[in-house]
Amino acid sequence: MISTTNLSKSYNGITVLKIDQLEIPKGQSFGLVGNNGAGKTTYFSLLLDLIKPTTGSIVSNEIVVSESEDWKPFTSAFIDESFLIGYLTPEEYFYFIGELRGQNKADVDALVSQFEDFFHGEILNQKKYLRDLSKGNQKKAGIVAALIGNPEVIVLDEPFANLDPTTQIRLKGIIKDLAQTRGVTVLVSSHDLMHVTDVCERIVVLEKGEVVKDLKTNEATLKELEAHFSGTSSVEVE
Amino acid sequence: MTIKHFLNLEWKQFFRSSHWQKSMALNIVLVFFALYFMLTFLVLGFSVVPLLIKFAPEQEVFVVLNSYLFYWILAELFIRFFFQKLPVMSVKPLLTLNVKRSKVVHYVLGKSALSFFNILPLFATIPCGIMLMVEGYSGSLALAWIVILLLISLTINFINFIIESYSTESELSFLPIVGLLTLLFGLNYFNIISFTSIVGSGIIYLSNNPIFILVLLACLILVYNFNFKILRQKLYLDSSLKSKVQEVNAANLAWTERFGDIAPFMQLDLKLIWRNKRTKSSALLMVVGLLYGLFFYPQPMYADMVYIFPFIGIFVTGIFLINFGQFIPAWDSGYYKLLMSQNIKYEQYLRSKFVLMSLSVIVMFVLSIPYVFFGWKILVAHFAAAIYNIGVNTHVMLYGGSFNRKKIDLNQRAAFNYQGTGAVQWIIGIPLMILPVLIFALFYLLINFEAGIAVLILLGVLGLVFHKKLMKRITQRYINSKHVMINAFSQDN
Repeated sequence: MISTTNLSKSYNGITVLKIDQLEIPKGQSFGLVGNNGAGKTTYFSLLLDLIKPTTGSIVSNEIVVSESEDWKPFTSAFIDESFLIGYLTPEEYFYFIGELRGQNKADVDALVSQFEDFFHGEILNQKKYLRDLSKGNQKKAGIVAALIGNPEVIVLDEPFANLDPTTQIRLKGIIKDLAQTRGVTVLVSSHDLMHVTDVCERIVVLEKGEVVKDLKTNEATLKELEAHFSGTSSVEVE
Repeated sequence: MTIKHFLNLEWKQFFRSSHWQKSMALNIVLVFFALYFMLTFLVLGFSVVPLLIKFAPEQEVFVVLNSYLFYWILAELFIRFFFQKLPVMSVKPLLTLNVKRSKVVHYVLGKSALSFFNILPLFATIPCGIMLMVEGYSGSLALAWIVILLLISLTINFINFIIESYSTESELSFLPIVGLLTLLFGLNYFNIISFTSIVGSGIIYLSNNPIFILVLLACLILVYNFNFKILRQKLYLDSSLKSKVQEVNAANLAWTERFGDIAPFMQLDLKLIWRNKRTKSSALLMVVGLLYGLFFYPQPMYADMVYIFPFIGIFVTGIFLINFGQFIPAWDSGYYKLLMSQNIKYEQYLRSKFVLMSLSVIVMFVLSIPYVFFGWKILVAHFAAAIYNIGVNTHVMLYGGSFNRKKIDLNQRAAFNYQGTGAVQWIIGIPLMILPVLIFALFYLLINFEAGIAVLILLGVLGLVFHKKLMKRITQRYINSKHVMINAFSQDN
């Protein structure tokens, strides 16, 4: 579904991301972990053509994202609050995104109604603008908006941060369901190793812009990741 | 935390702000303005005394000079209220650090004392004092006079912040102060209470008896302390540092559906305009713009000045176009990344803005029809200006927007907010307003009134004929600068 070749991004001669080869098949739930500055958001921004690659390219569903805009209809994302329109209510925001993605109000309503327990009664019918919601609630609205219009690729940057525990658990359910039963390719980044191992079939560790680990998730993955990030070698885990 | 640290922070804040680093052009404009004002004040300071002697030779120049200070003070209050803000927000990170709250407050207030608003008057008062000495007044008198004015300036500085802290953050918050100043002015003007002579003789007395300057100093300290008390109480996240929650006002925008595929963007734009302070004020400016003609048309001296008809026409019918258009696409800068990653056609996005601006021009033209009362030529000129606005100026605005690199934070206070203003905005005003007038004037002088009007209309119609082509070019420009804009809009200034 998404293949990355010879991709690099550098600012003033300093390389912040360098991925020679990375294939993400359709329907995979893909996790990206790494410390701050490892290049997670840079990779997602490149995937969404928000920044230009220095070399190489990302091909999504046979479309080179930096050359054509045809990836947009089947791709959606929530990176940060700058993806929200502060002066709209959550409903208006959903409808707006819906319109852009060819969904009428009824379609959007039907989709959003599935997430009522995820919203926990704090998003819909609140008569509040998005800018006045708390960070966590803003994130909930942004994540659900990214699900509108049956996208085939969903990119979520740090979706678990700022969410309360209940919502984190529900979000994990949603992401699993998307990948496993609906065949959506979900790309998630996180600092929370536990969440990411729970949700993702495959986890890639970035360090200083390069892929240092590419793991298929199993029972040992969390331990291995913890060992990696605590600086001890994975052999000691046994 | 010592004063040294504060100064260090200040220095870095200034030179490391993205404004400073990213846009030399704006800095040059700002420096230019600063120099311009300093020079003006210098000239004023050196020339006011000789001028007064020339025009009122029979009176004591020092008395005449001081009698004008009442207006100076009023003007200072007025200008400060609108332009000078206490930079409270910038101290937020200091609150949790090991710095005494009172120290932070002193820092904020002390910093305000060094603002350009307090330094600028010195450029007038010091040369004025020198000229007084040239005219034979004693050095001590001149010095005392300068000190008095400086103290008054500083006192006004702090009074302004007190007024500000009591006035609410709404669009009409300026009404009480404007009302008060008008009242003072009126009382003086109609000689009910002659503030000019009170202020004048007060200052003369103080200059002659410098020991009483201490009273002025006491006033200053009093105001400062009062300000200190207010600010100290308000320096909490839930008071002055807090952002306000607004009630939703929803409107039925179904009528936009008839514009087809651009409807979602038009709805978004209308909500943008109505729900944000700054955009709302540019919409409310339409009323002001509509009345603009009333300054000119009723006066007989303008009745034959045909040149100004198209100018006022461009202004009246285009006020929204100019106000709103110059910040395209910066209005959407807060969520530009979203728009760019969504399945949108740039062309639709821009066409929505075009339709909106054109509609505003049409509405303004219709509303300005009553000006026909002052002559049919005015109506014709307004019509031509409206066509020109729709056909030419909208496209110029959209094109200019592609050079826009300044983010706008929609939640900021509305009046006199220059955030998002770059050199482009200054430059773009010239072709927008001046060019049509020049074109008109040329044909008016060479041929006649009708010819000038016809050329304006022709240009507008040409713009409409080539609308599709122009939009294509404009869209291409936006696409080309997409990444630069995303990058610029995600910077905080």
